Amino acid sequence: MKLLIVLPIIIPLLFSVIMLFFWKNVKVHKVLNLIASIFSFAAAVILFSRVKNFGIISLQVGSWQAPFGISLVADLLASIMVLLTAIIGFAASVYSLGSMDEKREKFLYYPLLQFLLMGINGAFLTGDVFNLYVWFEVMLISSFVLLALGGKREQLEGAIKYVTLNLLSSAIFLAAVGILYGIFGTLNMADLARKIPMVEQKELVTLVSFLFMVAFGIKAAVFPLFFWLPASYHTPPIAISAIFAGLLTKVGVYALIRVFTLIFVQDTDFTHTVLLVIAGFTMLTGVLGAASQNDMRKILSFHIISQIGYMIMGLALFSPLAVAGAIFYIIHHIIVKTNLFLVSGVVDKMKGSFDLKKIGGLYKYYPMLGLLFLIPALSLAGIPPLSGFWAKFVVIKAGLDIDQVLIVAVALAVGLLTLFSMTKIWNEAFWKDDPKGNEDKIINSFSSITLSKKVMMFSPIIILALITVLIGFNAEPFFNIASNAASQLLNPDEYISMVLGLR
Amino acid sequence: MTLLLAVLVGVLYSAGIYMILRRSLVKVIIGLIFLGHAANLLIFTIGRLTKGIPAFIPAETDKLAEPFADPLPQALILTAIVIGFGVQAFAIVLFKRAYQTVGTDDLDQMKYTDELKEDEQ
Repeated sequence: MKLLIVLPIIIPLLFSVIMLFFWKNVKVHKVLNLIASIFSFAAAVILFSRVKNFGIISLQVGSWQAPFGISLVADLLASIMVLLTAIIGFAASVYSLGSMDEKREKFLYYPLLQFLLMGINGAFLTGDVFNLYVWFEVMLISSFVLLALGGKREQLEGAIKYVTLNLLSSAIFLAAVGILYGIFGTLNMADLARKIPMVEQKELVTLVSFLFMVAFGIKAAVFPLFFWLPASYHTPPIAISAIFAGLLTKVGVYALIRVFTLIFVQDTDFTHTVLLVIAGFTMLTGVLGAASQNDMRKILSFHIISQIGYMIMGLALFSPLAVAGAIFYIIHHIIVKTNLFLVSGVVDKMKGSFDLKKIGGLYKYYPMLGLLFLIPALSLAGIPPLSGFWAKFVVIKAGLDIDQVLIVAVALAVGLLTLFSMTKIWNEAFWKDDPKGNEDKIINSFSSITLSKKVMMFSPIIILALITVLIGFNAEPFFNIASNAASQLLNPDEYISMVLGLR
Repeated sequence: MTLLLAVLVGVLYSAGIYMILRRSLVKVIIGLIFLGHAANLLIFTIGRLTKGIPAFIPAETDKLAEPFADPLPQALILTAIVIGFGVQAFAIVLFKRAYQTVGTDDLDQMKYTDELKEDEQ
């Protein structure tokens, strides 16, 4: 049963390799990609239910006992993330079938997508710091290619910024891993967690923790390190943007949560206060950046940054409720943000532009699309009873419980400004009249798309919107799972003994 | 030897950071390569330098005698070099393609995606 844990990594790998044998045969790629997504989803569901019911699963790859071999570990947080990856991977795969152009499909779009998902799943499931670095690189190289695929000017410029900053982050990460090994002589996370309280050079450990904070901070796009994100995320086709927006920065957040709950907890007064300050500035700069933009994708990109702030805030407050809030926030955010990007893609197909000044009048012709936009948009802003309200509520309640009034005030103000941005998109794209007065022409160009492609584009949007509503109206089970995951993170004894085979 | 390598790592880091702050694309990629090498050498140095004592168990005993060279940092570096090589090769091709498309290698002029402007489509 332990082999279950490798399935989310093996399935995408296997299918993308098979796809490579059908070089440029797009039809086969499409079918195999869909099958791979379905299998990954099934594996993720089984893994999740198993971890939820029977506790943490860990596998020592090649039967090399931890801490000498590489461990794969699925605790509740990791399995939640794998499940979300499978959902988003499936949604993006279906959406790609309806929207991706043939040129990109011929240049191995689908195998790259599966390689990317493999890298993401690997990063979630590994229990070894150096192995985490390797999975980050697998994920990054696939994302580099996906970002640059197509070779348009804005894509290449965006890719340069993305590649440079991510390589810098990798170099810092690698140096931090090296120093960690120099101090402890181990890189297994569970073993590190056990050895850190015994170390004498506490300052050195704090120093290394800051190297990790910078390295993961770049990947998570936190306050002073986020500039690559708004420069690059809006440049590729929407299906790729959506999967990046939903998953990639959250891998950085996941890594931050993992190391700052399991490993670097020796000086939380200092490290987590720094994280709290970062969280506040991340929220503010993200939302203010969004307010100044007119391109739908850029507004949404800046909102990724501001929402990352809430997750870091949950981690930084470091109470059981706050960490549970951060996890709940990740669940809500991945679903909602991907969905908003997918909707913006449909808007572009209908009106031929993402620029809010050039589009309008969508509500008149497609009221259903308006509704499908409003659900994730209002959820992002935190309007009850949608999922974002509960996510913000838990994080803010956790802040009030330990009297961190300032950060709570920032969080509430940022929520309000988020609502402003979402209302702006709603007013400009859906409510006002079309500025050019040529609704008919554009609508015609959309109706020339075949019905099956429309179904492919709309069905993931509808499913993700339904999940958002489901989380909103039935928040308790989701919150219970998040709070169980948080208690596993904050009491790592089970994790450590499971990995090291102490019982 | 450790001191020498430590100085070398420091020089590589400072040179790398200086290079990535330059505006030319070529210098940026050289800087990134320096930073990668610096990190690799850092792992090598910090894994304790032990000369001429490989981690083999002699035939007459069944335990390793201290001190012995730790093979793990070398395995880590080997992995990191391979990954770094692949990623840097990709970056060089990407930068060349960007140079051909944009027509300049000056990073200050590559602000097409950051400007607040009307959508040109």
